[in-house]
Amino acid sequence: MTTAETPLLIPADWRDFLALTKPRVMTLVVFTGLCGMLAAPVPIHPVLGFTAILCIALGAGAAGALNQWYEADLDAAMRRTQQRPLPAGRMDRQSALHFGVGLAAFSVILMGFAVNLAAAAILTVSILFYVLVYTVWLKRRTPQNIVIGGAAGAFPPLIGWAAATGDVALLPVLLFGLVFLWTPPHFWALALFVKTDYANAGVPMLPVVAGERVTRHQIGLYTIPMALAGIAPWPLGLTGAIYGIVATVTTLVFALLALRVATRHTQADDRMKPEKRLFSYSILYLFVVFGALVVDRWVMA
Amino acid sequence: MTPDDQDLIRRRQKSRALVMALLLGAFAILVFAIALTKIRQGMV
Repeated sequence: MTTAETPLLIPADWRDFLALTKPRVMTLVVFTGLCGMLAAPVPIHPVLGFTAILCIALGAGAAGALNQWYEADLDAAMRRTQQRPLPAGRMDRQSALHFGVGLAAFSVILMGFAVNLAAAAILTVSILFYVLVYTVWLKRRTPQNIVIGGAAGAFPPLIGWAAATGDVALLPVLLFGLVFLWTPPHFWALALFVKTDYANAGVPMLPVVAGERVTRHQIGLYTIPMALAGIAPWPLGLTGAIYGIVATVTTLVFALLALRVATRHTQADDRMKPEKRLFSYSILYLFVVFGALVVDRWVMA
Repeated sequence: MTPDDQDLIRRRQKSRALVMALLLGAFAILVFAIALTKIRQGMV
C-alpha cells in the first residue's frame, strides 16, 4: 500500500455524510414539498405529514449523494465544489455510493408504508430522474441539461400533494411547471457569473457552448412560460386573490430583473451585478410564491 | 499507521456510532408514532 492511499483507511466523519446530502438545496425542496402538502384540500395527520416531508428530504439527500458519487471528477475541477467530501479526499467513493443507495431505498420504503403508494412512486421517479436522466445521461451531453434536470427539483410539491390526497391534480402540476420553468433562468444566471468554473470542468453549460448572448435570450424566453405557470392558478380559480396578487407582483419583478439580464451585454471588467441579483431574487421568489399559496389556502379555508 | 491515525479512527468510529444510535432511536420513536396514528385512524 502506498502512502497516497492511506487516508482512505480512515472512516469519513459523519458530517461529511451530511454534506453529501447537499443540505442547502434540501431546504428549498423541503419547503416546496411542505407547501404542496399544505395547499392540498385534504388535511394530513401531522405525524404522517412529518414523515412525508422527512421522506422527501431523505430522497433529495440520497439523490444529492449519488450525484456527488458520480460527479466526483467534475467536482474536483471546479472551485465551488472542490471542498466536497469526495474531491477533497475525505471519503471514499464506495461509501458515498452505499450511503446514497441505502438512503434512497429507505426513503421510498418508508414513504410507501407510512404515507401512500402514490407519493412513494413519485418520489422514486424523482430520485431516478435526478440521478439517471440528469446526472448520468444529460448533464455532460447537452447544454439544455439543467432544463431537464429542473424537472427533478420540481417534483416535491407534487409529492407533498400526493402525500395528502393520494392523487395528483391541476394545481400541483402547475406548481411543478413553475419550478421546472424557473430552473433555467435561475441556473443560467448563476452560470453566467461562474462561467469559467463550468468551462474548466468541461460541463456543456449554455454560456460555454452557445455563448453569452444566447444564454441571455434563453433566460428571457424561459421567464415567459414560468410567469404564466406562476400566475395561472389565480385566473383558473385554483387559488384566491392573496396568492394571485403576491404571485403577480413578485413575478413582474422577476420578469423585470430577467429582462435586464436578457438585454444587456457583458462589459470589460463586468461585475455581473444584474445576473447576481436575478439569481438571489429567484430563490426568494420561489419561497414567497409558495408561502403565499399556503397563506391563501388557510385564509380561504 | 501512526498512533495519531489510530486515535483519529477511534474518534471517528465513536462519533459515527453515537450519531447512528441517535438516528435509530429517533426512527424507533417515529415508527411508534406512525403505528399509533394509523391505528387511531383505523387504517390498520
